[in-house]
Amino acid sequence: MSQLQPYVDCKVSVVMTDGRLIVGTLRGLDQTTNIIVQGCQERIFSEDEPVEVVGLGLYMIRGDNIAVIGLVDEKADAALDLDSLRGEPLSPLKA
Amino acid sequence: MLFYSFFKTQVGQQVTIELKNDLAIQGTLESVDQFLNFKLKDIRVVDEERYPHMLSVKNCFIRGSVVRYVQLLPSTVDTALLQDAARREAQSTQQMQQQARPANVATA
Repeated sequence: MSQLQPYVDCKVSVVMTDGRLIVGTLRGLDQTTNIIVQGCQERIFSEDEPVEVVGLGLYMIRGDNIAVIGLVDEKADAALDLDSLRGEPLSPLKA
Repeated sequence: MLFYSFFKTQVGQQVTIELKNDLAIQGTLESVDQFLNFKLKDIRVVDEERYPHMLSVKNCFIRGSVVRYVQLLPSTVDTALLQDAARREAQSTQQMQQQARPANVATA
């Protein structure tokens, strides 16, 4: 997956097919989008509570479960105020 | 292969990709691969108020298997050419299937 090669060793935000959002450092990948993410944090969004951050550690995520891999802009990410951010949880993939 | 070639012609254009979880991401198409995985730059989630999950993301990779729709600018698509290419691809697939059929079937 040469398309993802430039993202290696960068901070990425992974949207999973079950609607979860995981942020961490991309360490490795293969052609089926299986990925290794170091220092994972899950960010749990809710409509009436601050974003909850849960530390997960090192994850290997199977490609089937990945929807989007976003390259995190560190500056923009540092400027985010997770305590005041509200949002609907993403729905899981359907059909 | 036809749609891979087609999406390659769309590189550099503004597209909106709607995912199977109803998230719609708008951005400039940067690249596409054989699995129809897409890379977008300068992205914006269509309903940012509702889905603030990608506020700190400017470039992203979208797995082909989660795409529901790709919305394109009509002015960038030559539908007549695309239709013609689709017809030609269907024809060549048919020919290949005929060639693969055993010869004794045709004598009946």
